[in-house]
Amino acid sequence: MFKHETIETNSGLLIVLSLVAMGIGGLVEIVPLFHINDTIEKVEGVRPYTPLELRGRDIYQREGCYVCHSQMIRPFRDEALRYGHYSLAAESQYDHPFQWGSKRTGPDLARVGGKYSNEWHVQHLKAPRSVVPESIMPNYPWLLERSLQYADIADRMRALKKVGVPYSLTKEEYDANVEKFGEDVAKDLDINRAEENLLAEAQKENFDGIPGKLTEMDALVAYLQMLGTLVDFNKYDEGYFVEFR
Amino acid sequence: MSNADNQGRKGAETTGHVWDGDLQEYNNPVPMWWTWAFYGTIIFALVYWLLYPAWPVGKGFTTGTFNDITFVNKKGEEVTTHWNTRALFLKDQQTGEQAVKQREYLDKISQSSYQEIMQDPDKMAFVNSMAKVLFADNCGPCHGKGANGVVGLYPNLRDDDWLWGGTIEEVERTIKHGRNGYMPSFAGVFPKEKLESVAAYVLSLSGIVGEDKAKIEEGKHIFQGEEGGCYYCHTDKGTGLKSQGAANLADKVWTIANVPAAATYEEKLAAVEKVIVEGVNREMPAWQGRLPEEQLKLLTVYIHQLGGGK
Repeated sequence: MFKHETIETNSGLLIVLSLVAMGIGGLVEIVPLFHINDTIEKVEGVRPYTPLELRGRDIYQREGCYVCHSQMIRPFRDEALRYGHYSLAAESQYDHPFQWGSKRTGPDLARVGGKYSNEWHVQHLKAPRSVVPESIMPNYPWLLERSLQYADIADRMRALKKVGVPYSLTKEEYDANVEKFGEDVAKDLDINRAEENLLAEAQKENFDGIPGKLTEMDALVAYLQMLGTLVDFNKYDEGYFVEFR
Repeated sequence: MSNADNQGRKGAETTGHVWDGDLQEYNNPVPMWWTWAFYGTIIFALVYWLLYPAWPVGKGFTTGTFNDITFVNKKGEEVTTHWNTRALFLKDQQTGEQAVKQREYLDKISQSSYQEIMQDPDKMAFVNSMAKVLFADNCGPCHGKGANGVVGLYPNLRDDDWLWGGTIEEVERTIKHGRNGYMPSFAGVFPKEKLESVAAYVLSLSGIVGEDKAKIEEGKHIFQGEEGGCYYCHTDKGTGLKSQGAANLADKVWTIANVPAAATYEEKLAAVEKVIVEGVNREMPAWQGRLPEEQLKLLTVYIHQLGGGK
């Protein structure tokens, strides 16, 4: 008779059967999400990041912001009061990797965009305790000193394109983006114009407050200021989002 | 293979392994309580699968039964759906005990004028408790949790100085639409001596008078004349135009130049000069659209009374 002991005393068999067990778990929990119709809400406004925002997101990850800050507002009353509308799956559909999380040492940042001024973000990143005395966030003064490296921005977009983010290379893809996101957004998603777009946005908005200088602060603040701002929740019936669960 | 363990007990089953000649391992079955707890988890799973969304089936999933949630949608229709956290949240907002209590007060606030709110101690108690939290979440990062601001960065809302006006309507406008505080930078416009003169005159407006009277006189000339043009926004009396958010220089409250912290007259001069050279460029974001109307109203009343109101 086949005994449990046989598995326990045979490491090769144990490995194979463990993989089978995990494989079933994966198949049941992950695969259906790609097929269930109602996973991602159909909402207007969500778009991939502009080149400058994308570099800001890279810096966000490089500095480990996600270690303390989640980007996922849960459907609870206290979170709605503090952070705003709960996060939709649609809002992180172009995130690779996503920035959800369950550990908050600092506040959730899913809707931090537009909440504070650019100057506040610059001051706060440089020296958090100068504006929030009780903060335990580290200082990030180098963001203002280091120039933003963007020579590989097209490569970064190409890499994301491989995993399904609709950045465009060909005329066809560009036209599809115009159709889907409108012309203004489609221009920003064009890989061929990535550098030019990045510089133009940085110059126009001057996020870091230093005219004529492109720093990592420009990119990071550009990213922070767009978080959670893409969907206009006034346009939707709350009951609509319930249909997707 | 020995049939007795190393303590001499006969008949105890061992795994058959022997280390160091006499070290063996019992092969006892797991305790019964453990076995039953394991069967218990299986039964729990079966019940859970019946009640809650669980198994994927084709393009959908088993939704669970016996615990449907009913809520009211935007059109006022009742909608019943299978159990899920979004519906649970929506229902809690509509019919939850705490939410209903809060809604009762929020409705009172929405339906009352500012005057009525401020005259009613019951409503003001609600304002003070809820707006305090709203203020800490939304306004605190700049103005400080206690609303005392940061000199040089963000205005103190607890004093009697209102850059953009302190009437309830002006406070409301500031919160709803945001503000852009701007003073041009005079870097490179004046040589060092003239800069010092203007600073000396500015200090003299609030009674901090240095020994060099000629300098103050020269500063006055620049401030009040076309050379500096400071009076456009700060007015000829130095009291500041509320429409421009220009600071009142004639009182002892300083929001940007940290004059009170400077020990000597020279340091005070330097603090004012720094502001003239660097200019001011600060922005308060607009909150309309971000916060619901009733919350904006709560914050307006709360902030208005912090500084005593106007």
